[in-house]
Parts: sequence; C-alpha cells; structure tokens
Amino acid sequence: MTTTLRHADRIATSRGARRIRNVVASVLIGLGTLVVLVPLFLIFWYLLSRGLGAIDLDFFTRSPAPPGEAGGGLLNAIVGTFMLLIIASLIGVTIGIGGGIFLAEFPRHRLVPLVRLVSDVLSGIPAIVLGLVAYGLIVVTTRQFSAWAGGVALGLLMIPIVVRTTEEVLKLVPTSVREAGLSLGLPQWRVTLSIVLPAATSGIVTGVMLAVARVAGEAAPLLFTALGNNLLNLDPSKPVSALPLSIYVFATSAYPEQQRLAIAGALVLILIIFVASLVARVATRRR
Amino acid sequence: MNPILRARQVNIYYGDKRAVRDIDLDIAPNTVNALIGPSGCGKTTFLRALNRMHDLTPGARVEGTITLDGEDIYGDVDPVSIRRRIGMVFQKPNPFPTMTVLDNVVAGLKLAGIRDRGTLLEVAERSLRQAALWDEVKDRLNTPATGLSGGQQQRLCIARALSVEPEILLMDEPTSALDPQSTARIEDLMSDLKKDVTIIIVTHNMHQAARVSDTTSFFLIGDLVEHGPTDQIFTNPRDERTESYVTGRFG
Amino acid sequence: MRETTPSVRPRHAAGASSRGDGLFRGVILALALAIVVVFVLALYQLVAGSLPSIERYGFAFLFRTTWNNVTSEFGALPFIIGTLVTSFAALLIAVPLAIASAVFVTEYAPRWLAEPVGYLVELLAAIPSVIYGLWALFVLKPLVVQLGTWIFYQPWIVQNPSLKWLVPSNLAGLGLLTAILILAIMVIPYTASVARDVIRLVPQDQREAMYALGATKWEVIRSAILPFARAGIFGGVILSLGRALGETLAVTMVIGNDPKIVSGLFNPTATMSSIIASEFNEAVNNLQRSSLIEIGLLLFVISVIVNYVARLVIARITVGGTS
Repeated sequence: MTTTLRHADRIATSRGARRIRNVVASVLIGLGTLVVLVPLFLIFWYLLSRGLGAIDLDFFTRSPAPPGEAGGGLLNAIVGTFMLLIIASLIGVTIGIGGGIFLAEFPRHRLVPLVRLVSDVLSGIPAIVLGLVAYGLIVVTTRQFSAWAGGVALGLLMIPIVVRTTEEVLKLVPTSVREAGLSLGLPQWRVTLSIVLPAATSGIVTGVMLAVARVAGEAAPLLFTALGNNLLNLDPSKPVSALPLSIYVFATSAYPEQQRLAIAGALVLILIIFVASLVARVATRRR
Repeated sequence: MNPILRARQVNIYYGDKRAVRDIDLDIAPNTVNALIGPSGCGKTTFLRALNRMHDLTPGARVEGTITLDGEDIYGDVDPVSIRRRIGMVFQKPNPFPTMTVLDNVVAGLKLAGIRDRGTLLEVAERSLRQAALWDEVKDRLNTPATGLSGGQQQRLCIARALSVEPEILLMDEPTSALDPQSTARIEDLMSDLKKDVTIIIVTHNMHQAARVSDTTSFFLIGDLVEHGPTDQIFTNPRDERTESYVTGRFG
Repeated sequence: MRETTPSVRPRHAAGASSRGDGLFRGVILALALAIVVVFVLALYQLVAGSLPSIERYGFAFLFRTTWNNVTSEFGALPFIIGTLVTSFAALLIAVPLAIASAVFVTEYAPRWLAEPVGYLVELLAAIPSVIYGLWALFVLKPLVVQLGTWIFYQPWIVQNPSLKWLVPSNLAGLGLLTAILILAIMVIPYTASVARDVIRLVPQDQREAMYALGATKWEVIRSAILPFARAGIFGGVILSLGRALGETLAVTMVIGNDPKIVSGLFNPTATMSSIIASEFNEAVNNLQRSSLIEIGLLLFVISVIVNYVARLVIARITVGGTS
C-alpha cells in the first residue's frame, strides 16, 4: 500500500503547521470578540467620566440656559420624551397588540401572510423615513410641528416590534388552554380576552417595554416632526424636545456648556434604556 | 496475539455521576467486537472514551488508562492524532450537507493537507469500494451528499472514516436509523472490513451482535459484566445476568 | 356551579356569542389591517411628496451628481454612492468581527463567560444612534485626525501619485473614515446575534464527525460549522446591511454632510439618510424638500427589498434545517 505511506508522511509533516494554525485562529477569535466589546466599554467609560459630574438637581428641574450661559438642565427634553412616548404607545401598542392577536389567534385567516409580511417589512424601514411620513401626514396637514407628529413617527416605529413579541408570546400559550376554554362553551373572543391574553400578559408587557426602550433613543424621526423646543412645553400640538433630540442638537453645538449637557443627557438616556431592557429581560426569565 | 487496544480500570464521570465503572477490556487486532446491553448501560459512553470524544463534553471526565499499540491515549498526546487513528461512525448518518459526495469522502485527507487531485480520487474510490458504495455513487461524485438515501449516507460516512486509514473504527449503533436492507448491507461489510481495520461496534440489537462480531462485551448499569468470544456469550454465558439478557428476559 | 348554571346559559345562546365573536374579530381585523393601511399610506406620502422632484428630473435624478441649493439643482448620485460605500465598507469590517464573536460565544467560551459576552454584544444594539454619534464626534473623530496627520507626514504616501487619494483635503476628522468606523461598530450585533443563533443550530454530530476525522478545533469550525451555518450567517449579514443603509444620526454627526461624491477616505461626503437629516429643515424651496423626500422614498424601497431578502434567507434556515 504505497498510498498509505504517502499519506502517513504528509499527515505527520502537516501536523505542526495545523496545530499552529489552530492556536492562531483561537487567538484571533478571542481578539475579535474583544475588539467587538471594547467600544461598549469605551462609550460607557466616556459617558460616566464626563457625564456623571454634570448630572445635578438642575439637570432634572430646569430647561437649558441660553447658549453661552452656564447652568440649566434638560427638564424640557425629559418631559418631551415622556409625552412623545405616551402618544407613540397609544398608536404602537393598540395596533401592535391587535396585529399580534390577529397573527396568533386567527392563523388560518387569508390575510395573515400579508399582515405578517407588511409588519416584517415595516420593521426594516429606516426611522428617518418614518419621520418623513409623519411629516407628510401631520406636519403638512396641520401646518405645525408638534408632539403629535413626533409621537406618530415613533408609534409607527413601535408597531412591528409590538406585533412580533405579542405574536410570539401568544403562541407560547398552549393550544390545550384554548381548547379547555372553548370546551366550556365560551365563545372565542371570551377565550382570547379572558384566558389567553391574561396568560400572556407579562410577556406582552415585556414586549411593549422593549419597544418603548427602542424608540426612546430615536432622534432621527423627530427632527422634522417634534422639531425640538428649548422651553418646557406641555401642549402636544406644539413642538417639544426629547432627550435624544437635545443630545443631537447640543452635541453638535459649538458651546462647551451645551456639549456638557449633551453628554449628561446621553448618560441618563442610556441608563433609562438599559434599566428598561434589563427589567424586561428579568421579567421574562422569571415567568 | 497482542491486543491493539487495552483498557484498564476505566471510570467515566459526568460531573459527580459515575457512568462507567472499572472497565478492563482487551481488543485484538482485525476483529469485530460488539458492546451490548440495555440503554443507559454505559456502552456508548465507553465507546466515546476510546477516541477522546468526551473531551468535547463539558463536565465529562475519564480516569484509568487506555492504550493504543501500547501508547496511552490520555497521556501526553494530541487528541487530534488519536482521533485520526481511531475513526468513528455515528448513530445517525451525518454527512456534511454542504459538501459533495467526493468532498465528504476526502474531507479527512484535505484536513491533512493532501490536495493532489489524483491521490484524492484514488483514495476516494478505494474507500467507497471498501464501504460497498462505489458502484452506486461513481457517477454522482460531484452531487450533494444529502441527495443519497439514508443507507447510502451511512455507508458514505463509513467511507469517510476509512479514507484516513484508521487502525480502529468505532461504530455507535450505526444501523439504528436504517431500514433492514441497508442494515444487512452494512453488516455484510463489517466482515470484509476487518482485514484492514479493527471494529468496535455498539449495538442494542443482540442478533446483530451475534451475526457480525468475534467478541462480545455485555454492559449493565456502568459495569462490564462479561466479555468473551461471541459464540460463548450467546450459547454459554458464565454470568446469569448475561444469560437473562441474551435470552431476552430483560432489556 | 349549581346556582350559576341556569343564569349563564341564556347568555351563551348561539346568537349572542357569535355576535361577540363577530365584533371581536372585526376589531382585531381592523387593527391588523391598520398595519397594512399605515404601510400604504407611508408609501403614498413619500410618492406624493416626491412628485415635484420626479416631474422635474425623472429617472435622471438617480444619476445626477449636482446638489446645489443656490442654483436649485438636485441629484441623488453622491448620496447613493455615499450610502453604498459607507455601508459595504462597514460590513467589511463588521462581519469578520461579528462572526468571531459568535464563534467565541458558541464554541470557545465556557458557559459562565458565554452568557455575559452574548448579553454585552446585544447591549451594543440597544445603544441609541445619537449616543454612538456623540461618542464618535468627541472620541473617534480626534483619533481619526491623528491617524490622518500621521499619514499626511509619510513622504512615501504623499509623494506617491497612486496613493494620493489617501491624502486628506482637510483634516477636520469629519468624513468617510469616521463614518465607516462608527457604522461598523453599530451593525456588528445584528450579524453577531443571527450568526450565534444559527451556529447553535448546527447539530452536534456534524462537529463530532469532523473531530472523528482528526480535525483540530479550528478545522471543525472552518470545515463543518461555518459551511453548515453559512446561509443563516448570510441572512444576518443582509440584516446588518439593512441597518447600515438606513442608519442616520451617528453618520450625520461625523460624515461632514458635504453633498459631493466621495473623494477620499478622510474627506467629507454625505449619505442618503444624512442629507435628509441635515438639510430637510433648512430646505430653501419646495424642489429641495421634494428631492429629499424622493431620497427617502429610495431608502424606503431599498430597505423593503433588503429586509425581505434577509427574512427569506433566515426563515428558510430556521424552518428548512440544512443548507
């Protein structure tokens, strides 16, 4: 068996090179992972080291000082963010949960493929494009930049996220539970509303929180809808600011005082988002 | 004849749980050796210790010594070189789905750095003939391996294992996922193969063990109860537990 | 039970329950259709808003290189190129790193390490674009300036005509390279998490078959795991591409927003989304606003296609299993 000898020789000679290649690959994979994580730590470190000192009582209780002056806070943006998120949730949660129930509870309906396709496709549309849509729908019609317009833009962004999590959570409720309800003689709407939905509540709440956390950081769709407002405003038909919007405007401004406010705002925003997603994550795990 | 593989006081643990206890076993070269016993008896666990597959299972630990031609396979050696000398065929056919029939057979050679197309084709033909598959696939060597039937896929996996010319071939219930016809073909194959390679086969089919093997080892709850020539184990077992198993009273 | 049975029965008469079912079904169907309506309305809005620009330029809009709001001449080519160049360059950096991290989490890390590393990679996806932009502006940009300065002082580059394109026309740090780097960091988690999921789907016996042939760990990864998972990983890459194409603020903050076709790694340019973000509110006339909306329409169409393809690929993997 001459071939045997030839293999054996070559296999023996290549073994050292293969072992080296194996070690090199392991090192590169480890290094690659490190490179992926380094920006995360750098960003956190930067925000903590530069932003923590700028967060004081004023930050939460006052609106920005005029350019060039010291002091002031982001009260206007914090209030604006909450206002926008409430309006967005009215749209995103209502339509999103409805769509999720439709996909999960009427799986044989002939419109299911269409609704699922549109919802999936909607989730990939850039936020700024949805901002243009809300601009056309609300700002052009009412001739006014407003919290309504910004909320609609964020609400459009929420819909597909809520649809998907609602559908996934409802599908986790075993069919036997539905059959048990139906066999008691309950009509389907009763089974869905009183048995299936309550069983899935915590999962749906988690999904909604994740969606809120996701859109809370969006500034692009607000640029030409909510527009921004350096004064505290509680009227949803007027322009409002939002944390990400203020961060964008102040980070790109020339005044160090405003840049400081942007960094502090970024720290607060990132903490809100991480806490929200952490709570959501823990809530799903405990279930 | 000197044993090619020798196990002494082998214990295998999953975490704190001991799955296999104090196994002593000698395997003679160019024989077919069956490991039998009811499910969960440790026969597959023991088999996987023989080519260091437990290295891949977190929490699994092997104690004792296993020597291949006198060399301790858990000693100061590369598990990679051990696995090249001790090949394996698995319970379910597992060809690489993204590769052609030919690429599957020569996958081991390519790993070893052999690129010469002539050599690869030569070895592929020899391995496929050994696995009694050549005539069925010689015209479709460049089609995806997943296009073969289940029985053909399993013989392809046997050819793949044979291509690197292992000294020992481990087979973990190789026919359990196959139809009776494919099973018969693979059983026929084993007696032809043993002139080139020593076979250790795990099976829970006693008739298969009786048909194909020279020696049989009976495992029960982690213990090697009895080991001996297959004729003796099936006709004149020394241990009454072996007797009740081979006569079908339990298991 | 004994007492409630008689009082419950009438309400469960067929008529009443089916009326409730009909109402419920109607409401749910209406909400589900609202999603479709929203989509159609969005498309309508974008098309309607683009009409002045479409009427003025037609298809030529896509190939016109001038964008000048003084002479009111508009064309989308510089931004289409900017978006394609930044996105693909970012993917070139991001994909190998994302796959490395997915392989690390699934094949190398012990469980106590795999879970936190996986979680940290996902945190990258939760950071808002504007915060990436802020960090890029304050931290990454100065580093790019340093790099540019260093290159600028290498005579073998500056005096070599074929490497001339590397030499920055100005060194503010706002430009293509900074945008590519921040974009790469941002899209890593999308490929990484899909890659991790599909690598977990690779059956254990595929790994073992390769090990049993005497493969090293790296050879198992390269010859068994990655080929098995490649279609799914490709789906993740397309998902990342979708994100990169539409990513707005982080890019807007560091790319310089110069409406010219990109001329060098250190030079400012603009992408489709960054030009919308930076010019929409300051649009000088209806034609400019309409041109920006048409760019938005283009982004809409591109993302619909890219995401549809990505989902098709990923769905085929998770449902169909192999290949």
